Amino acid sequence: MKTAHLREGIMQAVFTACACISILAVVLICVFLFANGLPTIAKIGPLKFLLGTTWKPGNDIYGILPMILGSLYVTAGAIIVGVPVGLLAAIYLSRFATPGIKRAMLPAVQLLAGIPSVVYGFFGMIVLVPAVQAMVKSDFFKTVLHVKSGKGMSLFTASVLLGIMILPTIITVSKTSLDAVPESYYEGSLALGATHERSVFYAVLPAAKSGVLSAVILGIGRAIGETMAVVMVAGNQTWMPKGLFQGLRTMTSNIVIEMGYSTDLHREALIATGVVLFVFILLINLCFSVLKGGKDHA
Amino acid sequence: MPDTIANNGTAVPDMSRAAAKAIYPNGGRNRTAARMQAALLRGLVGLAAALTAAVLIFLIGYILVNGIPNLKPSLFAWEYNSTNVSLMPALINTLLMTAFSLVIATPLGIFAAIWLVEYAHRGNKLVRLVRITTETLQGIPSIVYGLFGMLFFVTQLHWGYSLVAGAFTLAIMVLPVIMRTTEEALIAVPDSYREGSFGLGAGKLRTVFTIVLPSAMPGILSGVILATGRIVGETAALIYTASSMPQIPRSIFSSTRTLAVHMYLLSNEGLYINETYGTAVVLLVLVLAINCLSGFIAGKLAKK
Repeated sequence: MKTAHLREGIMQAVFTACACISILAVVLICVFLFANGLPTIAKIGPLKFLLGTTWKPGNDIYGILPMILGSLYVTAGAIIVGVPVGLLAAIYLSRFATPGIKRAMLPAVQLLAGIPSVVYGFFGMIVLVPAVQAMVKSDFFKTVLHVKSGKGMSLFTASVLLGIMILPTIITVSKTSLDAVPESYYEGSLALGATHERSVFYAVLPAAKSGVLSAVILGIGRAIGETMAVVMVAGNQTWMPKGLFQGLRTMTSNIVIEMGYSTDLHREALIATGVVLFVFILLINLCFSVLKGGKDHA
Repeated sequence: MPDTIANNGTAVPDMSRAAAKAIYPNGGRNRTAARMQAALLRGLVGLAAALTAAVLIFLIGYILVNGIPNLKPSLFAWEYNSTNVSLMPALINTLLMTAFSLVIATPLGIFAAIWLVEYAHRGNKLVRLVRITTETLQGIPSIVYGLFGMLFFVTQLHWGYSLVAGAFTLAIMVLPVIMRTTEEALIAVPDSYREGSFGLGAGKLRTVFTIVLPSAMPGILSGVILATGRIVGETAALIYTASSMPQIPRSIFSSTRTLAVHMYLLSNEGLYINETYGTAVVLLVLVLAINCLSGFIAGKLAKK
């Protein structure tokens, strides 16, 4: 009897310890990133580092504003491309699709989520980049839109590719919240004489607002943290972002491109770039849990 | 049909065939507008769904069509060298990396979930902390995991660029996935199972291992397979932890190149475009098959 008790106690301790691994992991990640990054930022000068517009490791000039803006622009672009399509597709899957279409589409969305980012990047590189290049060079762009010069590897290309990549996140999360809206909302609207479409868009959709917002926040998190796909299509120039059809570099690409050959302060500056990215991610996570926390306790 | 006569004797006109204009307010324009709006909205949602499906089909189709002709036997040679960029070592490394990461992450994830579901009291401060940190881990992008792995496992613990550094990094990355799916699977086990086991005199531990875990197995399995898919497709977290040696590792402290990293390096060099297509097919098919398997098992569970 006593050994049984002992065994129960030991195993409970083991289970508890395992649960604490995730706490430990977060603490370790924070400690190691901040301990390595913050002194560097202090050494370079926080304002010089965060607001500096020039990144020239060869001359020991480390300003990451171009990369911060690059990340923000690319993320905004991905949201502009991905959210409307994803949200409408979610509405379709939740309230319009026949069971047969649903059975086919839902696994397809899961597949889209499972495709590795290198494969997305490769696809972007061989399909999207030449297509955008041809588009920018076309007469329509020259004469009608007055786009004088443009590249295939650009903010636009990266936005479209990332927009596709965040589709599964947007669709799954929005659909879950649309499905959770009580049927009575929809029926009430129908009873007032509204069409099916009107009921879905004006009664069901507003009720699912907070879920849709979480979908967008999760999408932002994925887009800002995406690395491989962006490296392969964004051009990666370290200048300040110049326009929709010009190349730019994000914080994630900066790390992945230069870490391999960097030393000393250059390497530390790259780690510090990672710290800035991490802070962005933590802020996004915070927004998400505040939004979700409000709903869970209700 | 003649007009019907109402109770008070006045004739009520037959409206069954009248134009919408006659019976609806505002001359029927509202009704037409409503119809048009409905059609527009229906068209929009259908278009968005079709677009999503088209992107998926085009992406997979394009890579398969261009890649399958490039699947030559030389691509699967045992040795990698600059004249023949074989993917075989990378494929074997991927299997090793997956096995290693799962061996670390699976027990930790399952045990953590057991604690959350079977032992912890709801509202416990520790539970909240575990949940918050797990959610945080889920939101961290893979490049940040890569940086952390480089700083901690590679540099601090002096493991160097190695299989084991990569595996530990990935294990932390997939831990929340395994924890979450296991938790859901455990919650889905009916309480009557537990009560029955307790009623027969079994202890808590025995109940968990002989009654609850076996019933939750399909759900746990689907989570582990999902984690496998993430490991196989991962690049950013591995470049600066396991690095890129295209050989089968001699020991767990050797640098290792997985298939996804191999694919990135190939497309980056731009010299071996045909081989890159071939590699893309292998990687894509592998990951899609893994995800389908996970979905299939989860689907079977849902039917039960």
